[in-house]
Amino acid sequence: MDVLEVVEPGLLTTVQDLGRYGYQRYGVPVSGAMDPFALRAANLLVGNAEGEAGLEMTLVGPKLRFLADTVIAVAGGDLGPLLDGQPVPMWSAVQVHQGSLLSFAGVRDGMRAYVALAGGIDVPRVMGSRATYTRARIGGLEGRALKAGDRLGSLLNGPARFVPRQSPELASIKYTHQHILRVVLGPQDDAFTPEGIQTFLSSKYTVTPQSDRVGYRLQGPKVQHREKADIISDGVPFGAVQIVGDGMPIILLADRGTTGGYTKIATVISADLSQLAQAAPGDEMTFKSVTPEEGHEVLRQQEALLQRIRDQAAMGATRRFRVTVDGETYEVDAEIEGVPAGAALPPSAEAYQTTIKGKSRTYRVKVQALD
Amino acid sequence: MYERARFLPCGDKALLVEFGNAISREANTRVRNMFLAVEKQGVTGVVDLVPTYRSVLVYYDPLRVSRQDLTEQLARLEQHLEEVPVEKPKVVEVPTVYGGEYGPDLGTVAQHNKLAPDEVVQVHAGTDYLVYMIGFTPGFPYLGGMSPKIATPRLKTPRTVIPAGSVGIAESQTGIYPLESPGGWQLIGRTPIKLFDPYREPPAILQPGDYVRFVRITDEEYRKTQAAVAAGTYQARTHLVE
Repeated sequence: MDVLEVVEPGLLTTVQDLGRYGYQRYGVPVSGAMDPFALRAANLLVGNAEGEAGLEMTLVGPKLRFLADTVIAVAGGDLGPLLDGQPVPMWSAVQVHQGSLLSFAGVRDGMRAYVALAGGIDVPRVMGSRATYTRARIGGLEGRALKAGDRLGSLLNGPARFVPRQSPELASIKYTHQHILRVVLGPQDDAFTPEGIQTFLSSKYTVTPQSDRVGYRLQGPKVQHREKADIISDGVPFGAVQIVGDGMPIILLADRGTTGGYTKIATVISADLSQLAQAAPGDEMTFKSVTPEEGHEVLRQQEALLQRIRDQAAMGATRRFRVTVDGETYEVDAEIEGVPAGAALPPSAEAYQTTIKGKSRTYRVKVQALD
Repeated sequence: MYERARFLPCGDKALLVEFGNAISREANTRVRNMFLAVEKQGVTGVVDLVPTYRSVLVYYDPLRVSRQDLTEQLARLEQHLEEVPVEKPKVVEVPTVYGGEYGPDLGTVAQHNKLAPDEVVQVHAGTDYLVYMIGFTPGFPYLGGMSPKIATPRLKTPRTVIPAGSVGIAESQTGIYPLESPGGWQLIGRTPIKLFDPYREPPAILQPGDYVRFVRITDEEYRKTQAAVAAGTYQARTHLVE
């Protein structure tokens, strides 16, 4: 069933998940969310598995009309989300009703926002992923960016359940216009003079307008090679910083080619890819060298933030009850607010009897927890 | 080729296992064997593998395996690369129309090398090319073994659109564009077969370690093969290397 219709597509709105792994050996770019952390958080907020497909919107957000009641979350860059003209809290599950309009007032912070939809967006998997790679027209909706009139459905069976999850810690994030990115030097740091490495680690670089989902081209002090800027082509990970012939860095991103033939001085650590993806043309970047293990430590701290959202999801776990109404017995699943999955119910909720006044008569109700 | 592989960090989620610093069949064979060893035996925490000319990029999940553990596991595999069972390489025939509207730069390549267009075709179609790697864009094969007799510089101004299946030359390399894309290669012909199809498993016809043989066909054969490809009845002609 269709859940939303695109009224206006915005600058570049695509369906993305966490990327297409396992096909780089055939030259297929990974693609997926430029800010995978924000998409994962958005998914967890609406109760999805973290890797479901959501919408990535760039700088100028779309206008989306909802065709059914559902639950959404907006995360990542703050493009000024509005629901029927009223500001929508970011990094929070939000109930939306059929007919409502999600629009974006304009960018306030960052570059890319993600909208997760209860159940995840229903587009076919191509080579194991729903991510859009527009250059080869693979994945997403017909391999392209969304346009006015497109309709998208969700993979949810039945109505969306609203659980009021939110992340105030993430909502306090400000990406700003100055980015300090931690990098691991290599694998071709030996292709640069010591001065070249020093220049790279101590200078400010500006993101140029020649920046897209493939890569960001930076402008700043020239990084000096020992000899050549090219190497025998090898694999290129997300966040790899190539220094091309003119000494300028290019940071390779979600839609990068699987392999490349330029020297890579360093690679941005995975926990800082979020900050990187939220950088806009004109922003300033500086680079700080860390070890892979330092990167892993930061990654674990970042994962803990997502775990806190998952723990809220557990709050919404359901329990089974036997309910007897005037002698008729039913088994029902219900959610007990404030009780995490696996925790004991308060004795007052374990078993009780009550009466409920109906319009014409009073019902006698008996409730017994079953598990 | 190095005596022992180098294990170089590529950020905090990938490790580059490098076997040499030049293009060689020996280093490329070690790349392929390491790729197969990791694929078949499975190494904890490995997420994806990108085999190239002389290295394998190993993507890993640092929440599941430390860099040290991963390096040790890969170094153990490296000890036994000769014992990795490898399928016999195959030669894949790529039927190609040379010249005319399909290969508008055949004349340029001939002129540059002071050959007749037919001689260029004979040289180009007279060799089996090793697929060193698939990379850059979906299904793009990096081929080795082209004769220097037909080497030609790239176009001064790249074309904005090159049709899928175009066969070209850039410097001392030859290649096939699997998908429509911009590019600066000298186009000498075109194949009607689909090197890459996202809805096929595996999506690429060529595998690293295979050989490509260009087989000259006529316009009429091109149209017939094109129709068979469109109908889904085309079977690539392959045979094992003798």
